[in-house]
Amino acid sequence: MLRAAVTGAVMAAALAAPFLIASDFWLGFLITVLLFAYMGMAWNVLGGYAGQFSFGHAVFFGAGAYTSSILHVTFGLNPWIGLAFAALAGGGVGALIGFLSFRFGLRGSYFALITLAFAEVFRILANWVEFTGGGVGLYIPLKVHPANLQFGTKAGYYYVALALTLASLAIAAWLERSRFGAWLKAIRENEDAARALGIDAFVCKLKAIMLSGAMTGVGGAFYAQYYLYIDPGIAFGPAVSVEILLVPIIGGLGTALGPLLGSAVLQGAGELARRVMGDVPGLNLVFYGLLLVVMVRFLPDGLIGLAARLRTLRRRAKVLADA
Amino acid sequence: MTIRTNTSQISRRAALGGAAAGAVVGTLGCPAILQAQPAAIKVGVLHPVTGALSYSGTQSRAGALMAIEEINAAGGIKALGGAKLEPLLADAQSKPDVGAAEVEKLNEAGVAAIVGAYASGITLATTQAAARHGVPCVVDVAVVDQVVTRGLTNVFRFGPGIKTIVDTAMDNLVKINDQAGKPAKTVMIVHEESAFGSGMAKTLNEELPKRGFEIVETIKHANPTRDFSNIVLRVQARKPDLIIPSNYYDEYVLLARALRQQKVSAKAIYSILGGGASSYKFVKEFPDAAAYVMDCNHWFDPRKTEALKLKEKTEKQNLFYTYEVFLNWCCVKLFADALERAASAKREAIMAALAGSTWDKHIMPYGPTKFVNGQNTGARPVTTQVLDRDIKVIFPLEFASGNVIYPMMVRKA
Amino acid sequence: MESCAKTAAGLGYRLATIGVITSMFDLAIILPAIVNGLTFGAIYALVALGLTLIYGVLHIINFAHGSLLMLALYGVFFLNRIWGIDPYLAIVVLAPAFFALGYVLQWSIIGRAGHGKDQNVLLVTLGVSIVIENLALYFFSADTRAVDTAYTFVMVDLGVALVPLPRLIAFVASLVVALGLWVVIQHSDLGRAIRAVAKERQGAQLVGIDVDHIFAMSFGIGTACLGAAACLLLPTFYVSPTVGHVFVLVAFTVVVLGGMGSFPGALLGGFIIGVTESLGGLFLGESLGQIGISLIFIAVLLFRPTGLFGGRA
Repeated sequence: MLRAAVTGAVMAAALAAPFLIASDFWLGFLITVLLFAYMGMAWNVLGGYAGQFSFGHAVFFGAGAYTSSILHVTFGLNPWIGLAFAALAGGGVGALIGFLSFRFGLRGSYFALITLAFAEVFRILANWVEFTGGGVGLYIPLKVHPANLQFGTKAGYYYVALALTLASLAIAAWLERSRFGAWLKAIRENEDAARALGIDAFVCKLKAIMLSGAMTGVGGAFYAQYYLYIDPGIAFGPAVSVEILLVPIIGGLGTALGPLLGSAVLQGAGELARRVMGDVPGLNLVFYGLLLVVMVRFLPDGLIGLAARLRTLRRRAKVLADA
Repeated sequence: MTIRTNTSQISRRAALGGAAAGAVVGTLGCPAILQAQPAAIKVGVLHPVTGALSYSGTQSRAGALMAIEEINAAGGIKALGGAKLEPLLADAQSKPDVGAAEVEKLNEAGVAAIVGAYASGITLATTQAAARHGVPCVVDVAVVDQVVTRGLTNVFRFGPGIKTIVDTAMDNLVKINDQAGKPAKTVMIVHEESAFGSGMAKTLNEELPKRGFEIVETIKHANPTRDFSNIVLRVQARKPDLIIPSNYYDEYVLLARALRQQKVSAKAIYSILGGGASSYKFVKEFPDAAAYVMDCNHWFDPRKTEALKLKEKTEKQNLFYTYEVFLNWCCVKLFADALERAASAKREAIMAALAGSTWDKHIMPYGPTKFVNGQNTGARPVTTQVLDRDIKVIFPLEFASGNVIYPMMVRKA
Repeated sequence: MESCAKTAAGLGYRLATIGVITSMFDLAIILPAIVNGLTFGAIYALVALGLTLIYGVLHIINFAHGSLLMLALYGVFFLNRIWGIDPYLAIVVLAPAFFALGYVLQWSIIGRAGHGKDQNVLLVTLGVSIVIENLALYFFSADTRAVDTAYTFVMVDLGVALVPLPRLIAFVASLVVALGLWVVIQHSDLGRAIRAVAKERQGAQLVGIDVDHIFAMSFGIGTACLGAAACLLLPTFYVSPTVGHVFVLVAFTVVVLGGMGSFPGALLGGFIIGVTESLGGLFLGESLGQIGISLIFIAVLLFRPTGLFGGRA
C-alpha cells in the first residue's frame, strides 16, 4: 500500500520534473543522471546479475552511437529507427565478444581485461576506417525537430532518458522474478554448481551480454543525438567504460534500484566537488576521488547495502523496544 | 564550475540566482540610473583546465584573465558607466559533454557571453548548448571548420579555421621555396589522429599536389605515441625534402627530438599548427632540436607594442607566451569592445555589436575584425622560424622579424 | 551510391599506401625497427615488472599504477631541477621512497577500503589514481616537463641502428631489475612468503605469515620498480599529470602476455610488445599499428590466459 503510494508519487514527480524545474542546468543534470542510471543498469545485467565484470562497456556504447549516427548522416535514416539499429549493433558486438570469451571460459579479471581490449580495438578501427569519419569524428547536422530525435528544449531529451530508465527498471524487475534472472544469479554465485544443476551457463551468459550490449548501444545512440558529435575517443575511450561501471558498483551490484541511486550520487558528488572546491584546476577531482575511496571504505555493498543495513538496524531496534 | 570574482567567492545561491542578476545588468544600459558602481558584467571563461588538454586550457584561461584585469584596471566598460567585467570560470574537463553542462550553468549565472573553449570537439558542443539560450560565444582557437558552418548565429570565431590556415601555409611555403630556387619537391606529412591533425592532413593531400609538391607519404600517429623512432626511420628511408608535422605539444617534442637524434636532414621542417614549433617552452628546453624549425601557426604581430607588453606580463607570471594566451586575451578584449559599441549588456545587443564589429586594437596581424557567418575573415596565421634561440616571424614579409634560413643548415651533431 | 564509390576509392588509396610500405620490406629498415622495439619494450617491461608482482600476489587490477609512475617521473624531474641530481642517480632516492609510499598506500588505504572484494579494490585504486593525478595537476600544473641531459642526444651505433644512449641504458637496466626481483622472490625468506601468499593466502595465514604485511611488501616492491622505471624513462620522455595513461594499457598487456606474477614473463612480454608495436607501426601505420598490441592481448587471453610463463590460471 505504502509502497504503491511512494512509487506513484515518485513517478508523478519524475513526469512533472520539466515543469517543476525551471533551470536548464538542473534538467540537464537529471538527463545525465538518468542516462548513466540506464547504462549502469545495462552493465548490471551482465556485471551485477551474471557476475561478469566488464571494463569495456564503451565498446557497446560506441557501437550504438556510431551505428545510429552513420545510418542517419550517411544514409538519412531517421534516428528513432536508428535506436533500434543501435540496439542490434550493441547486441551483435556483445554476441561476438561473449561468444569468444565464454567459449574459451574466461572469467573474473581475464574477462574484464578482454572487454577492455575489444573497446581499444574498436577505437583504433573507428580511427582508421573512412565511413566513421576517422579521427575527425561525426557531426550530426543540427535539425531541431522531435521527428529527428532533436529537441528545442531539454524536456524532450528528459522524457526519452526517463523512458529508457523506466524500461531498464522493468528489465531489472523481470530479472528479479524470472527464471532467467535466477539462473544468472546462480552462475554468479557458483558457475560450476549452476552447471551441475543443468543450467546452460554459456547460453545464459551470452544472452546476458547481448542484452547488456543492446541496452548500452541505445544509450550511445541517445548520447550522440544529445550532443550531436562523436569521435573515436568519446565513443570507445576508457572514460565511458569507467563511468558506466562506477554507477552500479557504487549503487549496489545486482539490484534494481542500485544504478539509479549510484548515478544520482556520483553525478551529485561530481557537481558538489565542483561547487565546493573552487576554480583551482584539479582540486574538485581530488575531492571526487577522495569521496570515491571513502564511499567504498564505508559502504562496501554500495548504497543499497547501506539501506539494507539501516533497515536491519531499525528492525533490531524495534525488536528491542518491543521486548 | 565554480564562480569566483576577483575579490570574493559568490555563494551557491547567488550563482543560482544569477539569471535574475543578469536581467538587472541588462537594464543598467539606461543612463538615468548610472550612479555609484554599476553591476558587474559576467563573462564565462570556459576551457579544458583538467584532463588531457589541461595545459592549453590553463594557458587560455590565463590569457583571458589578464585581459579582464586590464579592462577593469582601466576603468571597466565606459559605455556602461564603468561596469567591471566579472569572470565566471568554467572547466570542460577535456570532455565535450562536461563543457555543454558548464554552458548551462554559465547561462543560468547570467553571463553576457562565453569565451572559449580551445578544442574543436568541446567547442562544437558548447556553442550548440549556448545557441539554445542565445548566449554569444567568442571562440578562441577551435580550428575545425564545422564550428562556423552550422548556421549558428551566436558563434564568433576570432582565430582562423583549418582551410585558411592550410591555404596561408601553402602560399607562404611556395613563396619561400620559390625564392630559394625551388629546392624542395617531395613532402612527408606526420600528423596526429584526432580532428585537427586528420582534418589538416586531408586538406594538405588536396592542396599540396596542386602547388607542385609530391606527397611521398602521410603518416598518422596515435595520441599518445610513445616512440617516434620508427616514424623517423621511414622519414630516413623516403628522404623527403620537406617534413610537415601537425600534432600536439608532447608528440611534437618527441618527434623533433627523434629527428634530431637520428640526424635527419631535410630541406626544412615546416609544421602547420605544430604543437611545439612556435612555443617558447620548446625553444628554451630543447634549443638544438628546435633550431631552424618553421611553423605556420597563430602568432601575434611583433610590430604592436601591446603584444610585447603582454608578452612581458605573461612571462612575469612564469608562463610561456603561447598562442592560447594571446588569442584569449584578444577574445576578451573583442567582447569588451562589443560591449562598448552596444552600450548594453543584453545578449542580442552584444551579438549585433559583434556581428558588425570592426575592432582593430588587437595584437594579431589580422586587420580590423569583420565577421561573416561567425568567422573573422581577416584572421590568418603567420609563418615563424626558430632562429638564434628565438621565434621570429619570417612571413608575411611586411612584418617579418627575421630572415628565413632555407634550406636549413645542417644542424651540428 | 556516390558515397560507396568514395569509400571504395578511399580504401583503394589506403591499400595502395600499405602496398608501398610493404615494398619497404627491407632489412635496412626492419632491423632498426626491431632494435627500436626491443629498447622501448624494455621500458614497458620496467613498468610491467611492478604491476605483475602486484597482480600476481594480490590478484588485483591496480588502476593507480599509471599515476604512481607519473608521480615517480615528477620525482626524477624535481630532483634534477632543484638539486641537479642526475636522473640515473635519483634511483637511490626514488626506489626506497616509492617502496615506502607503496607499502603505506596498500597497508593504510587499499587493503582496508577494499574489504577483500575485487570490485571494491578496483574502485579504490581508481579513486586513488584520480586523487594523485589531480593533486599533481594542482601542485605541478599541467605543464609538460622534460629534462635535457648531456646524454639525451648521444647516440650509440650498434651497426644495424643508431640508438640513443639512454635507451640502451634502460635496456640493460630492465634485465638487471628483472633478475634482481627474480632472485629476491626465489631465494629469500621474504620471497618465499610472498610466493606462499600468492598461491594460497589462507594457508599462508595458517602457517603464521602476516598476510597484510606481505601484501603491503609486494605492493611496496611493485611501486619501487616504478621509481626505478621513472629514472630510466625520463631522459628520453616527458612528464605531465596525465602521462600515466600512456603506459597503463600496455603494462596490463605485458603482464597478461608474460603470465601474471612472472618476472621473466614480464621481461619477455615487454620485448614482444615493443617489437610488435614497432613492426605494426611500420607495416600498418602508427595509428592502426597500435591494434597489434590489443590483438595480441585478446589472442593471449583466449588461447593462453596463463600467459607465456604463467602457472595455473
